[in-house]
Amino acid sequence: MKHLLSAADLSHGEAVGVLDAAEEMAQATRERRIKKLPVLQGLTVVNLFFEDSTRTRISFETAAKRLSADVINFSPKGSSVSKGESLKDTVLTLGAIQTDAIVVRHPASGAPHRIAHSGWTGASVINAGDGTHQHPTQALLDAMTIRRHLMGPDPVGRDLSGLDIMIVGDVLHSRVARSGVALFTTLGAQVHLVAPATLLPVGVEQWNCTVSYNVDEALADYPPDALMMLRVQHERMSSAGGGFFPSPQEYTREYGLDSPRLERLAPHGIVLHPGPMNRGLEITSQAADGPRSTIVEQVANGVAIRMAVLYLTMSGLKE
Amino acid sequence: MRYVIKEACLPDGQTADIVIQRGKIVSVGRAASGQGGTVTGEVTVVDAAGLVALPGLVDIHTHLREPGQEDSETVASGSRAAAAGGYSCVHAMANTNPVADTAGVVEQVWRLGREAGYVDVRPVGAVSVGLEGKQLAELAAMARSVARVRVFSDDGVCVADPVLMRRALEYVKGFGGVIAQHAQEPRLTEGAQMHEGLVSSELGLAPWPAVAEESIIARDVLLAGHVGARLHICHVSTAGSVEIIRWAKGRGIAVTAEVTPHHLLLTDDSVRGYDPLFKVNPPLRSAQDVAAVRAGLADGTIDVVGTDHAPHPAESKDCEWAAAAFGMTGLETALPVIYQVMVESGLMTWADVVRVMSSGPAAIGRVADQGRPIAPGEPANLTLFDPSARWLVVPEDMATTSANTPVAGRQMHGRTVATFYRGRATVLQGKVI
Repeated sequence: MKHLLSAADLSHGEAVGVLDAAEEMAQATRERRIKKLPVLQGLTVVNLFFEDSTRTRISFETAAKRLSADVINFSPKGSSVSKGESLKDTVLTLGAIQTDAIVVRHPASGAPHRIAHSGWTGASVINAGDGTHQHPTQALLDAMTIRRHLMGPDPVGRDLSGLDIMIVGDVLHSRVARSGVALFTTLGAQVHLVAPATLLPVGVEQWNCTVSYNVDEALADYPPDALMMLRVQHERMSSAGGGFFPSPQEYTREYGLDSPRLERLAPHGIVLHPGPMNRGLEITSQAADGPRSTIVEQVANGVAIRMAVLYLTMSGLKE
Repeated sequence: MRYVIKEACLPDGQTADIVIQRGKIVSVGRAASGQGGTVTGEVTVVDAAGLVALPGLVDIHTHLREPGQEDSETVASGSRAAAAGGYSCVHAMANTNPVADTAGVVEQVWRLGREAGYVDVRPVGAVSVGLEGKQLAELAAMARSVARVRVFSDDGVCVADPVLMRRALEYVKGFGGVIAQHAQEPRLTEGAQMHEGLVSSELGLAPWPAVAEESIIARDVLLAGHVGARLHICHVSTAGSVEIIRWAKGRGIAVTAEVTPHHLLLTDDSVRGYDPLFKVNPPLRSAQDVAAVRAGLADGTIDVVGTDHAPHPAESKDCEWAAAAFGMTGLETALPVIYQVMVESGLMTWADVVRVMSSGPAAIGRVADQGRPIAPGEPANLTLFDPSARWLVVPEDMATTSANTPVAGRQMHGRTVATFYRGRATVLQGKVI
């Protein structure tokens, strides 16, 4: 695989292959006092972030450095949307300094796809989140986390068959949800989306998942093995029509993960959140910090997943 | 110059020789070459065996970009593109810089068209000052100017204020004008990027609901009926719009409508590659919508084809989707697309093509001397089309200054071989002269 642009592009075999490679990466770095592996020595990775990000950029940077690649972080002040240098000219500039891989985060859906397929660069392109489209490495690290917890003591080689995964919240603006639905279903899980209709895209009824508007009914109808709470993305929300829901209080009452809802999970059930969290809005601290929470572990797994993705795209190896 | 066009196939299916001289059609019929007045000057014989002869095409919706955006098109380059596509008349939209909202600007555009000399350039006047939707532009001044404006439109933006729309519809009754509405409810389409449906939900592009178009059309046909005025709907793109217009026509409301070649040909599936060549306003719609606008054009609910030829410089398309401009070129590929989609498919005849691409648009724009039948005494505006030709669209080879065609690399069915404008050949052997 040359690029990773969308979780929907991964076949079942490729997806399991990335998860397995990530387990290998995690093990290799866990057992070493010096965590660097020499596999990408001499190659250059540019983290091209047009949008603010803490955990994803740090995660990619750590991953690339652990594989001994040279890393350049580049955060242009404005995108061409805001009349700065055009995306094309930025990418041509990176080409001139012989970049091997571009990890890109961009507010415009499809920007990584354009970078990869417009003849602007020959580098590998890894999507680190584009607009409201995709965030494939997030879905992969979520799948890795779920697999570790729910698919037995030795998850290598396994997929997510038989699991019910529930995603609750702002699906409309969420690239995490879009990536998750694609990847989890590819891996054999059944996905259940729960949100107010204002935060679901028209067309979602044709996605390969169930859709419901009521958390409490959904928890009864599709008891989830993994429950993912999405962040309410205020920064992407239009204020037209007075907003997408009447008030934060009502959102929390209707869709927030509080202790009563947490207690309804099966004994093995886990809680995920892609971060950054709005504590008290979509998730209470009891849920976020409780024993079912895998939120910190998700971040750790993110490094292993990004090592695997960089390795697989840059070394040109298939699964 | 005298032209003898031999053995052309007329829209009614008959074969005839057509003789044109001094800007007029002199004779139409068998072996007409020796008749029809005295032979003066040079005679050029055009072998039209196997070619379809159509009255010169009339575009009700063209963006020529001059004044103000000459890097994407000028009146001269757009006129040549129109001729290359078989047109002898285009209506130049008002969203230039400065906006064509005064007699001065429309007269400038009209004069540039005359100087170019490839087609009748009929300026469209803005409905509101600066396309801002706040105050009526001086519509009568534009109508009385040498440009004789009859079509008024804020195209590019919707006349959203219902009161302003009502006033405009009423006011232009005084001089036989028509308001051409760009139907797009602005609040429902803030930041919108593509048709709202399965594809937008997957691509994460801000959605553009069909209802944003349909609700404005519903409002405006009711307004037009109420005040007894003429209304034209630009670039109809949804099945619901077709139904509303069909209903309005059934009630006797004086509404006409256009559809673009690209909305007849392409669906929102084209957006999946995020190539901004497919970014257009209104957006490419679903397959059901495409079927509905085809059926609407065939049954007369949609009166005409308008290209919405919208040239843009390369940098406006060679970028990420959200940053790209809306619009596609279309003048040079409209007739092949209509031929493939509507005629080859059996939905329409050549006589229907004349109605939707020549006589119909001329009637809406109140253009004398255009859209006339191919008959002795009529103005010599003619197009010769070779239905058997097959050619690949190479953007750089086109007459338009811009390369933003959505059919780049596609094989076209049929080609304009010759165009005559007021008796002069503007295109011969497929080349603009």
